[in-house]
Amino acid sequence: MNGKKILSQFKKGLLTRNPVFVQLLGMCSALAVTTTVVNALGMGLSVTAVLICSNVIISLLRNIIPRQIRIASYIVIISGFVTVVEMLLEAFAPTISKSLGLFIPLIVVNCIILARAEAYASKHEVLPSAIDGLTMGVGYTVALVVLAFVRELFGSGTVLGFTVFGDWYKPASMLISPAGAFITLGCIIAVVQKFLMKKEDRDFKKEGSEGKLNG
Amino acid sequence: MRNDQNVSTRIVTPPLLTVSPSPHIKKGITTRGIMIDVVIALLPALVWSIYVFGFRSLSVVLVSVASCVIFEALFELIIRKPITVFDFSAVVSGVLLGFNMPVTVPLWIPIVGGAFAMIIVKGIFGGIGKNIVNPILAARVFLFSWTDIINNFTAPMSKISALSFSVDSADIVASATPLSSMKEGMLPDISLVDMVIGTKSGCIGEISGLLIAVGGIYLLARKVITWHIPVAYIGTVMLVTFLFPMAGDDAVQFMLYQTFSGGLILGAIFMATDYVTSPITETGKLIFGVGCGLLTVFIRYFGGYPEGVSFAILIMNLLVGYIDKFTKPKRFGGVTKDAK
Repeated sequence: MNGKKILSQFKKGLLTRNPVFVQLLGMCSALAVTTTVVNALGMGLSVTAVLICSNVIISLLRNIIPRQIRIASYIVIISGFVTVVEMLLEAFAPTISKSLGLFIPLIVVNCIILARAEAYASKHEVLPSAIDGLTMGVGYTVALVVLAFVRELFGSGTVLGFTVFGDWYKPASMLISPAGAFITLGCIIAVVQKFLMKKEDRDFKKEGSEGKLNG
Repeated sequence: MRNDQNVSTRIVTPPLLTVSPSPHIKKGITTRGIMIDVVIALLPALVWSIYVFGFRSLSVVLVSVASCVIFEALFELIIRKPITVFDFSAVVSGVLLGFNMPVTVPLWIPIVGGAFAMIIVKGIFGGIGKNIVNPILAARVFLFSWTDIINNFTAPMSKISALSFSVDSADIVASATPLSSMKEGMLPDISLVDMVIGTKSGCIGEISGLLIAVGGIYLLARKVITWHIPVAYIGTVMLVTFLFPMAGDDAVQFMLYQTFSGGLILGAIFMATDYVTSPITETGKLIFGVGCGLLTVFIRYFGGYPEGVSFAILIMNLLVGYIDKFTKPKRFGGVTKDAK
């Protein structure tokens, strides 16, 4: 696991295989909690923490867990860490815990975590799995923050709770509503795809479609 | 509306034999011609709104047209697509968008609405002919973000300065629209004649059912639209409101008030018939109209907003693909009579 490989994994998590913008995983949390940047950050970091821990443990146990009951085992491991995160949030960040509400326990069934467990951690060594958890988690967090930034900025006229525009700005409350979440996410995905498609075309010419198989 | 560039533009008489795929019979129908017809059909209602609300309604409509045209051109410039503003479809969108606002809106509302309609709803989906929902109605729903502004109706004949950017609230004679009265279970206190002619409060273009219908008849005569959607739509609303009146003693009276209030006639004639977002076959159009009618009445009766036309048409827009799929005509000769 050299530096170059780690760097390429980060690139994958943040851009080319971004869990939200490219893989479209974890949609319900991404759409529901991104009304403010603070919520998005809290949610993103919680998922990252759970993702790293569960990836490490699943990778350690990958030769012991029987194939037939692997999903059930993953869920048990993941829910253990989610409970830890939930309790930590309640103790140290009660306001975030309150505003995220049900979405913290729901991390258990967040498809990003299950997908990484199934597609990566169950087939790789511990260190790469941990790094995969970190990069995917960071990608998820960045995506949520970008989405929440746009929605909060135009939907409430604030960023991180600070008023950005003056009194003249009448916030477009539609962006805070669920419909606004879909519209904003759609537009961001369109822009991301625009740049990625060009990149993918280049990569395809350079090294074939190998990159598409893992991820 | 649809831009069939290959269904071409003028009658060509080739000097020699041409070999080409169908269609072989060509007519002089262009997108621009159709759009200009629609603008002409909208003019009576616009003139009436100037009479009722003063010249401010004209300025709102003009700002809205300018916004639609400029944002469409800008977007196409940025993504390096051919500029299509000269087909007049953006002008039609602009006029209709302006028609969907109360006259009291500050002028940034039509600008934001035009940008949303042309960029988010039309442009991103691929421009003219490719949008899945009606851009004007989607923009109108987006503008519900500012509920207090978009529902700020003024009484008819209360003159508002034409050029000011935003309207001083002291100049607005607050007035309940006929629909909000009926939502509360009573008939509006204006006569049926006023309802039909359009001396009432409401959005700029929707007040005069009579003059909108005149525009609709012009479009029918010019064969820009067919009768199916408007008749099925308005007919369904009339039937349901007649069978289940919610206010007043007389079912017929209630039905007429419902028919001539809100954006029903404007929506049925000018928005539900949008080529891009309505079904192709005649059966499909009838199903589409009935669906719009039912949804409109349901939203008016049970929904949170007093008016349901925009939501009804938008929801039916999303179902057009399915309606087209189920009403696809059998190919001639493809099926025999006794085939299963």
